[in-house]
Amino acid sequence: MHDNTPPNRLGNITPVDDQATLQNLQLEINHLNAQYARALDEKDFEQWPEFFIHEGRYTVRSRENHERGLPLALMDLESQGMMKDRIYGVTNTIFHAPYYTRHVVSCTLVVGSTPTSSLSPPVQSTTLGPTLWVSSTSYAVFRTKPTQATEVFNVGQYLDHWTSTPTGLKLVSRLCVYDSEMVLNSFIYPI
Amino acid sequence: MNSPTDPLLRPQVDSSRVPFWAYTDPQLHAQELNRIFYGAHWNYVGLLAEIPQLGDFKKSQVGEREVIMVKDHVHPTQKDIDHGIRVVENRCAHRGVRFCQKTHGNQRSFVCPYHQWAYKLNGDLGGLPFKDGVERDGQIQGGMPKDFDLKQHGLNRLKVEVLHGLVFATFDHNAQPLHDYLGPKILPWVERIFKSRELTLLGYNRQRIPGNWKLMMENIKDPYHPGLLHTWFVTFGLWRADQRSRMVMDDLGRHAVMISQRNEGGGGAVTQGVTSFKPNMKLHDDRLLDIVQEPWWTIPDPAELSKSITPSVTMITLFPSLIIQQQVNSLSTRQIIPNGHGQFDFVWTHFGFKDDTPEMTRRRLRQANLFGPAGYVSADDGEVIEFSQAGFEQFNSDGLRQGETLCELGGKEVAMTDHMVTETLIRGMYQYWNEVMGHA
Repeated sequence: MHDNTPPNRLGNITPVDDQATLQNLQLEINHLNAQYARALDEKDFEQWPEFFIHEGRYTVRSRENHERGLPLALMDLESQGMMKDRIYGVTNTIFHAPYYTRHVVSCTLVVGSTPTSSLSPPVQSTTLGPTLWVSSTSYAVFRTKPTQATEVFNVGQYLDHWTSTPTGLKLVSRLCVYDSEMVLNSFIYPI
Repeated sequence: MNSPTDPLLRPQVDSSRVPFWAYTDPQLHAQELNRIFYGAHWNYVGLLAEIPQLGDFKKSQVGEREVIMVKDHVHPTQKDIDHGIRVVENRCAHRGVRFCQKTHGNQRSFVCPYHQWAYKLNGDLGGLPFKDGVERDGQIQGGMPKDFDLKQHGLNRLKVEVLHGLVFATFDHNAQPLHDYLGPKILPWVERIFKSRELTLLGYNRQRIPGNWKLMMENIKDPYHPGLLHTWFVTFGLWRADQRSRMVMDDLGRHAVMISQRNEGGGGAVTQGVTSFKPNMKLHDDRLLDIVQEPWWTIPDPAELSKSITPSVTMITLFPSLIIQQQVNSLSTRQIIPNGHGQFDFVWTHFGFKDDTPEMTRRRLRQANLFGPAGYVSADDGEVIEFSQAGFEQFNSDGLRQGETLCELGGKEVAMTDHMVTETLIRGMYQYWNEVMGHA
């Protein structure tokens, strides 16, 4: 398995047995997900890369590619820098009809912990501890163009790896696997 | 990169105007399906790399009809000419059921779920339940008539040709050979990417674009817009009007190649007054533009074989439904699947080569951020196609079939050029389209 093979399963996961730890993780991740959704829906895009570590990875991949082990993604950003470039790209360079998004995010499922070394592709970071928290969360993103009716734009799940930092949990990677394989024309903003 | 310009040796009708009704008329769309997609034209259905093993299949489409591309046994007595690839229509010969619902898979035969009619991989009807009736109390009840012949009731089989790993099919068994269909001006550019190479499949992107299918072909025959609409192309020198470039087409004007060589970007005459040019744009992480020239980019120049040519981009349009993209290290096929006159699905298949290093694969995947439904230089193409269709539809809402688009850049005639300040390729396609549709 080389660098480009997407993780098809969540891999080597150890469930979290301690109920207090589990509840704290759920509370914090739910709260972060709500903030994340709000940042995007309010177009507060500068906030968005801050949910990630510096070397964090953000990927949007169709369920079709994900389940077949095909590495192509709709969007595949390998650092906070690339995320900032995406924000510049969508706010200053891509011409598109304006639209609002509305994220509806489920309560998160904390799946467990996994060794940092099991991340595929690996994340090159010196600040990461030996284990990461793994969670999965369903999302639905609705798109509304001004004066138009709302459409179901993209539905799927976030498969996330989190690390504990002095300022709370940060995303090491967020993989959005979307069920809505047919994109309704263009896909501009991150979800 | 300059080559002699070469007017097509055919009588020309003025195709510098395209009527709006060419995009808005549902009856015309049905005629297009019949004459173009279901007529004597070769339609791309997929890559050999998608069906490597015996029994592997992939569902695809020709026009609005679903077909199945499948790897079958090579015919034992025709080993030199049979590639073993079959394309059959996804429609049961019994009651017309679209029997195959999986997008891909591996099967030994196809069985319709409704009455269990079973077909071999080549589309032959293998058998069906109760063909010879059912025995009860010593009597045979029902069954097919005595003159029922399995051979007469196979699936609808398309004519198939495989060109360097690209699979094409046509409903018209009298269509000219694919080689002749593409012609000598186009073939070298297809071979440059595919000949003698094994492909690896990187994955798919699918998007539904609310516009007429021809608008997508036009978009990739239009070298005028990329340096104007797409900031990333003009700012980083991936495609802009001051580059060495060439517009090539076949003798009928239906297929084309836009060929160009990247430059360093930055300011210059072609950025004056261009609002999409961002002189101060710097990437936080420039790995997206970590472009590495590959040996296969260089070939003997088809226009002058004693010289070589090293394009960084070739955009090939094969009428009616395939676009082949090389844009620096990113490679894809893009299939157009019409769905009524005002909408089409656009299926991107990204690929690399078997001998790519992991670094090259990563580079191809990284540069894929430029393309596809979310791509920095492709998302806005889908958007402007939607707005084009909206403009035509609003003007044609009165049923008077008025209005037309203007494509006069570089003149009104159809000719190959050694620059990109022209709409000649669009005129070429509509010259051919007018003939096929009987409007010439």
